[in-house]
Amino acid sequence: MNAPGHALTAAAAPRSRAERAPHERPAVHSTPRTTETTLAKAITAGLRRAMEEDEKVLLVGEDIGRLGGVFRVTDGLQKDFGEDRVVDSPLSEAGIVGTAVGLALRGYRPVCEIQFDGFIFPAFSEIVTQLAKMGARLGGAGRLPVVLRVPYGGGIGAVEHHSESPEALFAHTPGLRVVTPATPQDAYWMTQQAVRSDDPVMVFEPKRRYWDKGAVDLVGPLDAAPPLHAARVVRPGDDLTLVAYGPTVRLAVEAAAIAATEGTSVEVVDLRSVSPLDTATVEASVARTGRCVVVHEAPTFLGLGAELAARITERCFYALEAPVLRVGGFAVPYPAARIEEHYLPDVDRVLDAVDRSMAS
Amino acid sequence: MGPEAVGSTAAPMVQLLTPAGERVTSGDDGGYAERVEHLGLDDLRDRYRRMALVRRVDVEATALQRQGELALWASCSGQEAAQVGAAAALARQDHVFPSYREHGIAIGRGLDPVALLQLYRGTTHGGWDPAASGFHLYTLVIGAQTLHATGYAMGVQRDGAVGTGDPARDTAVLACFGDGATAQGEVSEAMVWAGVFNAPVVFFCQNNQWAISEPNERQMRAPLARRAEGFGFPGVRVDGNDVLAVEAVVGAAADRARAGEGPMLVEAWTYRMAAHTTSDDTSRYRDRGEEQHWRERDPLDRLEAHLRATGDDDDHAAFLADVTAEADAVAERVRRGVRALPDPEPTSMFDHVYADPHPLVEEERAWLADWVAAGEER
Repeated sequence: MNAPGHALTAAAAPRSRAERAPHERPAVHSTPRTTETTLAKAITAGLRRAMEEDEKVLLVGEDIGRLGGVFRVTDGLQKDFGEDRVVDSPLSEAGIVGTAVGLALRGYRPVCEIQFDGFIFPAFSEIVTQLAKMGARLGGAGRLPVVLRVPYGGGIGAVEHHSESPEALFAHTPGLRVVTPATPQDAYWMTQQAVRSDDPVMVFEPKRRYWDKGAVDLVGPLDAAPPLHAARVVRPGDDLTLVAYGPTVRLAVEAAAIAATEGTSVEVVDLRSVSPLDTATVEASVARTGRCVVVHEAPTFLGLGAELAARITERCFYALEAPVLRVGGFAVPYPAARIEEHYLPDVDRVLDAVDRSMAS
Repeated sequence: MGPEAVGSTAAPMVQLLTPAGERVTSGDDGGYAERVEHLGLDDLRDRYRRMALVRRVDVEATALQRQGELALWASCSGQEAAQVGAAAALARQDHVFPSYREHGIAIGRGLDPVALLQLYRGTTHGGWDPAASGFHLYTLVIGAQTLHATGYAMGVQRDGAVGTGDPARDTAVLACFGDGATAQGEVSEAMVWAGVFNAPVVFFCQNNQWAISEPNERQMRAPLARRAEGFGFPGVRVDGNDVLAVEAVVGAAADRARAGEGPMLVEAWTYRMAAHTTSDDTSRYRDRGEEQHWRERDPLDRLEAHLRATGDDDDHAAFLADVTAEADAVAERVRRGVRALPDPEPTSMFDHVYADPHPLVEEERAWLADWVAAGEER
């Protein structure tokens, strides 16, 4: 399915308390040499640079060549790098990942596009039973430098299977790395870092943020980027730590801005990586604030928030003023688009959790 | 339609050595007899020797499992001709993606049988360096390896290692699987990809007629070799208990792949003489008469009958005695090697899970190391 672009702003629009507050974006490191670009175009630029730097890098996926991908993330790359390096694949997700394993064993660095989150499951066995384990099974006699790019998350008014957040399934799988950029700059950096990694890396791309714009340094060295798995404080605060990743980072920053007008100083942490988790950054924050709320689109039950709540409770128990709270999707299949706004965490639900935590 | 729809008489089958051990030197459509007509007594003795060694290792491994030295063993008994024939058809630079029963191909590629047995002893999930032998790790998830083989072959294409005419460079990839695997979607997907990209893959199905307890009729409705046509490449059924025919047909398929002419499906019609694994019990699902029927068609006996009819009696007896002595020596070495395999260090489970540093793995490794050390003090 092509992405219905008309619905981009539907679920992201702040409501009620949000409407009374100034709109804020995540902070970006701005320098004179940056370019204003979208998150999607930043990924395109990252892929282009990775392909220029290493001829073993190739892209495989459905409709990524002539069409440029259903989100146009690979737009123009087949024209510049040829059909052997930007491969329009058969409509076969297990085939995409299974052949990527073979290509990697031959010395290539395949970057696979899974067209939508909900379509990754035909490839689930190849990812979980083969790709994730092969490095350990080889005992050092080979690595699996495979990148899986997965547009994920809801809020675009799409039909079934096009709005899901399955990242916890893969974070629960040893052998994989799972990251998710929230800003164009991170998208540009993390795409390249994922390609450079000798491990399988899944990059969950927040599809409803594809069209978000931000300043991106397209010329500086990749070494200037933070480590792939480092979390980042995107808004400092003193009273409560609000943890988010991918599509919910912007939401968290918006909620923090509103909370500030109401007298609560919220620190927002963008996890950036969900496996491994940079718990040290979250712990350091919670040790100061004593309160923690985790927000994601995936169901809260056994989600990343559950893992973070357990770890924070274990390690920051004596600093905590309130239980760690979670804001996320419900334990139901992702609902139809006309009611998805009631499923997705929004500013009010985040602020409600902030209020409950502060009241403890 | 009944069982005969997929069985041995349901499709033409290449055979170059009759069940009685008589060599067929002409008459097939594929020019297969000509491919192996240069093979003389010494070559055939070499094939027999290899098959006998594989059989002996298999018998030893089964005994080691019964004695508690292995957790499990998947016997390849009955499939020695298919495996030794396929291995003989490969070039040094070719690559093999096996399932978990390709012991004959593994040994043919130069792998130490002890390395194979590590997985079945439970000391590792891998056990060897695929780059050294071109024989990749065993795959227990049925059919998954056919996609790895296809992707590897796509890499071979990108390396320019097909169709150059250089016999030391052009490379074929052998994707091994069984009849049960043909019901898996991934096997069909591998054939789609290989066909679409004209990848240098030989799909080598050892149809041993049984997927644990389920017969061919539960896996396919039409003879397997015919399936290739739908994927856009040739399929050939070969007598899998005929080492010469397998060598000829796999050789032709591999030549075709190396020349850049694309994939081919080879169905080797054979029989799993033993149980699926040492944990299986064939008496619950197949009758003794069928097993007896196939015991009388043992691939080793077929070649041995041919060798006996071809050579001098005393010479043949001496050859067999040599083979038995060598096989016994290998078995003894395997037995000693397996029993000497040390248990891995507990913290080795953390090794190589990731290539790049991973904080959680290191944290848990340190915890287990401390725990184990504290336990040793207790």
